[in-house]
Amino acid sequence: MAPVLSLRNLTVEIPTRHGVLRPVDSVSYDIVAGEILGVVGESGAGKSMAGNAVIGLLNRPARITGGEVWLNGARIDNLPPEGLRKLRGKRIGMVFQDPLTSLNPLLTVGDQIAETILEHLPVSRAEARERAIAALEEVGIPAARDRVDSYPHAFSGGMRQRVVIALALCAEPDLVIADEPTTALDVSVQAQIIVLLKRLCRERGTAVMLVTHDMGVIAEAADRVAVMYAGRLAEIGPVADVIQHPRHPYTAGLMGSTPGASQGQARLTQIPGAMPRLDAMPPGCAFHPRCPRRGPGCDIDPPPVRAPDARAACHYPLTVAEDVTA
Amino acid sequence: MADLPRTGTPAPAAPGRLRKAWDSDIVWSFRHAPVAVVSLVVVTLMVLAAVFAPLIAPYDPFDPGTLNLMNGFTPPMEPNAFTGDTFWLGTDDQGRDVFSTILFGLRISLFVGFMAVALAMVLGITLGLLAGYLGGWVDTIIMRVADVQLTFPAILVAMLIFGVAKGITPPELRNEVAIWVLILAIGLSDWVQFARVVRGATLVEKSRDYVAAARLIGRGSGAIMLRHILPNVLSPVLVIATISLALAIIAEATLSFLGIGAPPTQPSLGTLIRIGQGFLFSGEWWILLFPAATLLALALAVNLLGDWLRDALNPRLR
Repeated sequence: MAPVLSLRNLTVEIPTRHGVLRPVDSVSYDIVAGEILGVVGESGAGKSMAGNAVIGLLNRPARITGGEVWLNGARIDNLPPEGLRKLRGKRIGMVFQDPLTSLNPLLTVGDQIAETILEHLPVSRAEARERAIAALEEVGIPAARDRVDSYPHAFSGGMRQRVVIALALCAEPDLVIADEPTTALDVSVQAQIIVLLKRLCRERGTAVMLVTHDMGVIAEAADRVAVMYAGRLAEIGPVADVIQHPRHPYTAGLMGSTPGASQGQARLTQIPGAMPRLDAMPPGCAFHPRCPRRGPGCDIDPPPVRAPDARAACHYPLTVAEDVTA
Repeated sequence: MADLPRTGTPAPAAPGRLRKAWDSDIVWSFRHAPVAVVSLVVVTLMVLAAVFAPLIAPYDPFDPGTLNLMNGFTPPMEPNAFTGDTFWLGTDDQGRDVFSTILFGLRISLFVGFMAVALAMVLGITLGLLAGYLGGWVDTIIMRVADVQLTFPAILVAMLIFGVAKGITPPELRNEVAIWVLILAIGLSDWVQFARVVRGATLVEKSRDYVAAARLIGRGSGAIMLRHILPNVLSPVLVIATISLALAIIAEATLSFLGIGAPPTQPSLGTLIRIGQGFLFSGEWWILLFPAATLLALALAVNLLGDWLRDALNPRLR
């Protein structure tokens, strides 16, 4: 199946007086229709930046300096702004982190959804309104017909995030980028939102890029997971494999530091040190100064991701015998 | 429907728009602020008096045919020694009824004030939105011009604009365009604070996700600025507009008092004060006092309204 979204060596750079920073460095991955790809990593690992690069909402001076972005077989990273503007709204939907600020407080939710529909589908105003009501019903807003004329402040955080999901899906996009969609929500609401997002995208065959730092969300929702570290891809693979049998030492460390029910009261392991600053990247593998498995060559060559079997970007990946969990 | 027999209890009437507005926070806070209520009453009365001046004024001070020079310098509420006519607030040196001139003066003062603030608002909001949203060199140019203008007192800028405009209009048109030149001068001298506030608020709103969402769905910059950002930055503008109105009225009075504002053929309150101050030492106090008191009351009431509005719209002070 041809991928909906395809990143090929995507590189984003920010020129500063202290040199060029590379928040996203040669990242490649595909997402096929109906698939949910989780993108995890610590703060500043480049997860959101990669998402913003895909939708063309990078703020200056950040810009794409290398690689390609393909959407449905068409290259979109080199489109003129006007062409990209037309395309991305129709093809890509976005669910933002904070439902408090991702809805305009002075427009009714119905107006905001209808605005998006009118911009992209050839329908009348009345029909756009009907579709907005249908979209609200679909995301589980009770009494949608009565609430379509309410303003965002009349909704709770979880309900607002449902509205945002309706907004992202109403123009029938091929790809949804969800940037930490549950971070601002209560734990009890998080699960509902994730289940909702998953169900709607499955039904429509929408591809989803789910950016988060919450491993629980990934385990719950994603089909595959891409682990990012310091702007680079550390490991990518099916979610069960990556969580249970990590190959990259960083992923293994990440799993070890995630609290889980099975560990009981045991101490969580830490990864010593901190992610390198973008202006002080170590040579070779970005993780080697913190890596327990570093060996000769780690501080010289950045390791590539060797497809398809070895899915980790590591010179000395963990082997089956060393699986941390189980 | 009214004569249908009523069965059971009538359903409670859906709250009307008026009822809703009466119960809203802002109206509630207004009803509980006596100073604001009194100020609004004063302003409303003055605006009504100005609008209906030709109907209310007992005399037409601009019709030389009705003027009687013998009536000059009549004190308030006293019959004139020669003609026996009585005037509520007395007359000036040419026998014009002070009350009538105040009504017509109020008309000009308020008109200039409102128009100047409207001009400053349109200009300031437009430039502020552009500067804040587009950023880059547009922002730099607009805000540096604003900074430069801010280093001069507004009245000096207004005088400069006034002088230039007078210089380029042909002499025979000067009196006719004087009022418009005045509006232009005051409006242009006052846009900066609107631009600064709108720019600041735009910078905040611009970084919110709903603006990113609007960009994402493909709305153009113009649509985003007008439909999404503008409504969200208007409440501070409302406060500044009210306080600006008081300032504009005072600026107009100052210019007129200095003799470069409204011409004597269309006297505003400032012109009346200028005329009146010449007679203060010879004892005809009423020619100065009543226009000055009117100006004071108007500026004070508008300012107090602005103060209340600022507090009422500030969520932290609620």
